[in-house]
Amino acid sequence: MARVEERIDVGFGRSPAAEVSARPGPRRDLARLPWASFFIIVVLVLVAVLAPFIAPHSPTEQSLPDKLRPPAWQEGGSTTHLLGTDVLGRDVLSRIIYGARVSLIVAAAALLAGGGIGLMVGIVSGYLGGRVDSFLMRVVDATLTFPTILIALLLAVSLGQGLQTIAIAITVLIWARFARVVRGEVLAVKTRDFVALARVHGCSHLRIMAIHIVPNVLNTFMVLLTLHIGFVIIVEASLSFLGAGIPPPTPSWGQMVADGRSHIASAWWLSVVPGAAIMLVVLAFNLFGDWLRDWLDPRLRQV
Amino acid sequence: MLESGAIAAEPLIRVENLTKHFPVTRGLLIARTTGQVKAVDGISFTIGRQETFGLVGESGCGKTTTSRLLLRLERPTAGRVLLDGQDVHALTGTDLSKYHTRVQAVFQDPWSSLNPRLRIRDTIAEALVVNRRVSKAGRLERVEEVLHQVGLPLAAASRYPHEFSGGQRQRIALASALASDPELIVLDEPVSALDVSIRAQIMNLLKDLQARQPLSYLLVAHNLATVRYIAHRTAVMYLGRIVEHADTESLYRNPLHPYTKALFAAALPADPDAPRDDMILSGEVPSPIDPPSGCHFHPRCPFAMEQCARVEPALKAVAAGHVVSCHLY
Amino acid sequence: MNAAAPVVLEVKDLHAYLYTRWGVVRAVDGVSFALREGETLGLVGESGCGKTMTGLSVLRLLPEPAGRIVQGQVLLQGEDLVTKSEAEMRRVRGRRISMILQDPQTSLNPVFTIGDQLVEALRMLYADAAPALSHRAEEALRSVKVAAPEQRMRAYPHQMSGGMKQRVVGAIAVAGEPRVLIADEPTTALDVTIQLQYLTLLKEIQARTRLAMLFITHDFGIVARMCDRVAVMYAGRIVESGPTRALFRAPRHPYTEALMASVPRMEASVERLPSIEGQPPPLHDLPVGCRFAPRCRYVDDRCRREYPPTLPVGPAHEAACWRVEPSPPSR
Repeated sequence: MARVEERIDVGFGRSPAAEVSARPGPRRDLARLPWASFFIIVVLVLVAVLAPFIAPHSPTEQSLPDKLRPPAWQEGGSTTHLLGTDVLGRDVLSRIIYGARVSLIVAAAALLAGGGIGLMVGIVSGYLGGRVDSFLMRVVDATLTFPTILIALLLAVSLGQGLQTIAIAITVLIWARFARVVRGEVLAVKTRDFVALARVHGCSHLRIMAIHIVPNVLNTFMVLLTLHIGFVIIVEASLSFLGAGIPPPTPSWGQMVADGRSHIASAWWLSVVPGAAIMLVVLAFNLFGDWLRDWLDPRLRQV
Repeated sequence: MLESGAIAAEPLIRVENLTKHFPVTRGLLIARTTGQVKAVDGISFTIGRQETFGLVGESGCGKTTTSRLLLRLERPTAGRVLLDGQDVHALTGTDLSKYHTRVQAVFQDPWSSLNPRLRIRDTIAEALVVNRRVSKAGRLERVEEVLHQVGLPLAAASRYPHEFSGGQRQRIALASALASDPELIVLDEPVSALDVSIRAQIMNLLKDLQARQPLSYLLVAHNLATVRYIAHRTAVMYLGRIVEHADTESLYRNPLHPYTKALFAAALPADPDAPRDDMILSGEVPSPIDPPSGCHFHPRCPFAMEQCARVEPALKAVAAGHVVSCHLY
Repeated sequence: MNAAAPVVLEVKDLHAYLYTRWGVVRAVDGVSFALREGETLGLVGESGCGKTMTGLSVLRLLPEPAGRIVQGQVLLQGEDLVTKSEAEMRRVRGRRISMILQDPQTSLNPVFTIGDQLVEALRMLYADAAPALSHRAEEALRSVKVAAPEQRMRAYPHQMSGGMKQRVVGAIAVAGEPRVLIADEPTTALDVTIQLQYLTLLKEIQARTRLAMLFITHDFGIVARMCDRVAVMYAGRIVESGPTRALFRAPRHPYTEALMASVPRMEASVERLPSIEGQPPPLHDLPVGCRFAPRCRYVDDRCRREYPPTLPVGPAHEAACWRVEPSPPSR
């Protein structure tokens, strides 16, 4: 039976139909962009890319006479080492800068791989349904029940430490989350009439998935990606903290936090500075992801 | 292949004993079939060329499943759908491609019939792209042609669905169905989601299109007035079966089956002084999982007789072209 | 209809606007009508005309903060609802005015049983203890002709058909014995034979309780059957209102006339259905002058320049159109 909807049309060719929603207008006001998040993210990317040019020292250069210097604003600190030095005399600031690279590379690789696999599995599973769906979802369930860090540790131990291993470990961990959410979206898109009409037009399943399903789940997928960046960075940091991550001397924020543990009382900056960096970056990405979801969502609903 | 003489006599669409049962399953790990939803339970009808065949009934009667069976969106449990004598569900390869260009559809909801990510011209040309009939230039030309036919400006081609109103979207959906020059368009509630004054526009458009080219429609609808305006012949469905079918005029002037009478009586006329011979049916529409025995309508029928519960009545011709399945006749 | 019945609801010059990023949408732009005890007023129009917004405005249920009543009064038995506080409105809703919506699917909470939802509604109205409330709930189900109410109490909404759900919704709506019921397209989602059952039920309830009904619909068949008076809305305003019979026999506003002509009839077959070209104007960008002018077959210059006043065209029958001659006195 027909649903007669109260739609207040704003004409053809101009702005989209103004749907009366219970949420206030200002929420979608573009002036409320998350400037702080944008700023942090841009800075992060620039820092990682330009690391060799902006780091004051080499991150691995040891200088034992300079060890355990506090940050510049404290007594005993100097401007040569703005954020102090660690137990081997290495400059903390430079290590933070190079550590940004590690975080970003791992995050990007794992997200692209894990996200990519999850997207494909979600689409195939949701669209085809039936036994394929059942099977794939059981695999997803199994993957999700494994304790995150344990798996990562096992993989790190068996494959050896290194950037590659961490990327693989994280990929294995997150693809299932993407698959599940994407599958849910696909189920919703699948019921829309244009998918049935595509079959009536004679489209193959492959064409339907590529042209009709994927573009309509991309919004959700992108939001999911941004929301997982924080998670991935923390996993990498945790693994490095546990010693199963990036091997020294390459700096990694998590490792720096671990190294500084024994000196927490005396040389607090060794753990707190990298810890703060992790927190700031994860927060920025989470806020960005939240904003992206809100920004994309109502527009999605209008169509 | 049939000889040309036989093709002329053979109706465009012939549906023979079409049946579709959906299994009802229970259980999480191991699915057991505990019953069947007899959505369509052995129906037969034909659609001629340049003819509109109306299929009416309430929810659960099977009319939407029937339309999906014709479109190959479902496979029949039994029975056949023949397009020019060929079994539609046995087609493969180029025959199948050809079928897709000959049979198209327009669905009820204008807000979900168009892919929001595709430009209008890509949606409209899809059947042409997939079935490889025409070159790119040829496709664009065709898109413009059908936009013109449905009364939309050429500028619409490069826009996106969200820029259009409900009525305009249905026109686009119609253009999309017309692009491959089909012989049959299955219309599943094409106007029920539209505003009242827009409905007339679309219905007139459908009629005009049919007058100008060899186009048939299968019109599935629950609004009896809409069907009367467009359909040449109409069938009434109840719980998966056709209970009556006839020329539209015949059917509306003289409904025979008690369900048809109740259905017509329930369609309130826009006239405050119209006589109110209400045939208020008792109870709800029974579920198609466990339909009543014999004549499916007997529990709610004011004229039910003893045999109605035991024996399913056969479809009998009571007047020229007017067929009904009821023990009263 | 007994014209001497007291007026229960009076809406005077109601303006309700929505403040959106595309401008101010004047959803209800000067609507006035009166509803008497025991009477059914049909509010007819197409989507976007403001009829649902009118219903929501009466109950002060406009989407916030975008929606606001900017002018006018809604007098329920003399009290102005527009000036009441939210706390006061909560005591009014369900008790003195109730509303039934279109979609039975979303009107009921899928995770609670029918019984729970009925009892919940009744708890707001009666101070009885649980068993007594349960009993009242069963009675309510019985009054809307739901068979085997004791069993239905334990059922979940998804186990019921659309028609049955609407009955439950109706039971909840009239449980507090309201004086006014606003029904917004309550049968659009129902099968036609079920619709007839439901409308008959509503009529029975109305006869029993002298309920006044505001029936919002786009279906003229329903109007002809259910309504004593009709008001036709277009682009936020009422363009014609009058007794049902008079309106059907001789519609005086061109929109009413065109709309009725464009609806196919079941009773007769026509060659061609006249349709109204074009679309209604956008509510945030309304033209000066008559809003139907661009689509009207009788339009002239005056129509485009000035919005026509509402003029009487018959006993209790008026239309907002320049073409209308005032009806001659004493018919």
